Amino acid sequence: MNQKKAWLYLLPSLVLLGAFLVYPLIDVFIYSLEEGFNFASQTYFGVGTYNYQYVLHDPYFLQALKNTFILVIITVPVSTGLALVISTGLSSIRPLRQLYQTVYFLPYVTNTLAVGLVFMVLFQKTEYTDGLVNLVLAWFGQGPVDFINGPYWAKMFVLCFYTVWVVMPFKILVLTSALASVNPDYYKAARVDGTSRLRTFTRITLPMIAPMLVYLVITGFIGAFKAYSDAVALFGTDLNAAGMNTIVGYVYDMLYGSSGGYPSYASAAAILLFVIVLTITCINLLVSRRQHWT
Amino acid sequence: MKIRLENLTKRFPNRGKKARGEMTAVENLTFEIPDGTLVGLLGPSGCGKTTTLNMICGLEKPTSGQIFFGEEDVTALPPELRGVGMVFQNYALYPHLTVLQNILFPLENLKGEARPSREEMRRRALETAALVQIEELLDRRPKELSGGQQQRVAIARALVKMPRVLLLDEPLSNLDARLRLQTREEICKIQKKTGITTLFVTHDQEEAMSISDRIVVMKGGVLMQEGAPQQVYDDPASLFVSKFLGTPPINVFTGEVRQGKLLLDDQPVLDTPGVSDRAVWVGVRPEGFLPQADGPVQCALTRVEVLGRDVSIVCTHPASQNGAVRAIIRSEQEVDASAAQVRFALRPDKVFLFDRDSEVRIPVAGTGREAGQ
Repeated sequence: MNQKKAWLYLLPSLVLLGAFLVYPLIDVFIYSLEEGFNFASQTYFGVGTYNYQYVLHDPYFLQALKNTFILVIITVPVSTGLALVISTGLSSIRPLRQLYQTVYFLPYVTNTLAVGLVFMVLFQKTEYTDGLVNLVLAWFGQGPVDFINGPYWAKMFVLCFYTVWVVMPFKILVLTSALASVNPDYYKAARVDGTSRLRTFTRITLPMIAPMLVYLVITGFIGAFKAYSDAVALFGTDLNAAGMNTIVGYVYDMLYGSSGGYPSYASAAAILLFVIVLTITCINLLVSRRQHWT
Repeated sequence: MKIRLENLTKRFPNRGKKARGEMTAVENLTFEIPDGTLVGLLGPSGCGKTTTLNMICGLEKPTSGQIFFGEEDVTALPPELRGVGMVFQNYALYPHLTVLQNILFPLENLKGEARPSREEMRRRALETAALVQIEELLDRRPKELSGGQQQRVAIARALVKMPRVLLLDEPLSNLDARLRLQTREEICKIQKKTGITTLFVTHDQEEAMSISDRIVVMKGGVLMQEGAPQQVYDDPASLFVSKFLGTPPINVFTGEVRQGKLLLDDQPVLDTPGVSDRAVWVGVRPEGFLPQADGPVQCALTRVEVLGRDVSIVCTHPASQNGAVRAIIRSEQEVDASAAQVRFALRPDKVFLFDRDSEVRIPVAGTGREAGQ
């Protein structure tokens, strides 16, 4: 009786999850294996791994893969590290703490595209102006760099900078509350024992907030792998031309972009992304499994 | 190491929105803890005892006054230079470290000359662990220990540096009743074995009385009385101290002294030589009642509780201030449980008189306190 009731209560979420998550997932997998799928007639020639082979040999996909990996490897450690530094600073100051917290949290509630536009204005070099960033660079005797339409490293720098800036507020918020939840008695005990500040931080604070750090790193990896709108906000919709596409951007282009209409390729790319994210998350979890005291 | 506090005062800024200004947590506290003794700092919640402990430890800076360890003024020293070990109320064991790592932690903080070698650290940690009998728990984490075991680990961590002074903040309050009894004996034993000057804070008078060499009673940031537990119990300086010590608590009556006699409900009950005529509070310890057929104190009997060794008589008296009057008598003394009345004589040494306004003890010639403080 109770069993039946439990299933009844679970039914709404099971139905919704099944219809919008599990079924599409399976469907995407099936799509990715259907060769020569015709969108109009909904027919295909056969079943196989051709779509994967195509995607893995597509230079645009490889470019997107490279971009995404660079983005992930740079932004996740940098944003988490910076957030840790800032939130540690925030929790050690008393006056104006509320104000600082609000200021640091503001980027979180602003619109991605609007912020992207602001970044573009800051970094872009046009015929009329070199932009604010180049103005500052000129003070140090550095030549103007076109960050938006210029060399690859400049564009990648802007994308990483932007991504770090956008994801940081949430990390700061999480870490500040994690730091605040550490029982002050631990610090008192450490003080009585004459623990240096550095040692207090590395031996007490860090292990205490480690679960939150792990959470931020995992969600950070997943979030960065799924990056797309950031690149669009900075470089426009034709990301392949700019050489700044991401995996999700590639999937979108294959579906709806100017060269779109290939759901099979899109599905194959999506499945590849899924496998990558799953692998990285599993590795993350395995690495952080050591903290069994929590 | 002898500890001496001189005119120690601590004021906190008042954080309330309405009342600005300061809150005095500890005021003008002066007392001395003899070398090698176990002292209980006792008082109701919010009386400033933990603040006092924190100041001795060095976690809080006193607003004014001085703290001496022996002859050394440590008032301005940070905790690590004072040589104190502290056990926190919730033990504050680092949850991510094993028991051994927790005990090693203070040693690993030492720098330069004072830093022992790895083997020496380990040897000392094991030695301390043996002292508190937790050798078999060294590889566990705090989460896997019982409250009593965590307590021992916390004590070991405090002792491993060989501090001059051991401080314990409410060491037993997080333990269940049975463990509390056991642990307080344990603390007493460890203190005797190490001979380290130990101060512990508690709001439980029984806890303080049972294991302390001396107790210090505080109220509202002010020292009320200090001395050996028995001495403070037998000779309380004020109504507060007399009420705070003893289970069951002292019975308080309104009374009056007229012509050298103490009157309860207008009945003369006791000779009080040397006391001028005045209204008083009368405190009578439960063991101060002697059942006597022609005794001067007449109470209406409520019930008789047989406790084996003792008999507890619950009755009422018109002048009683705390509702029921409770008398404890030896079980050999017979009391008729079915009677409506019971009459007592009073033991003069178990009766204390206090001024009605100031609640300060009034000395009675020939009994206990000759000169009230």
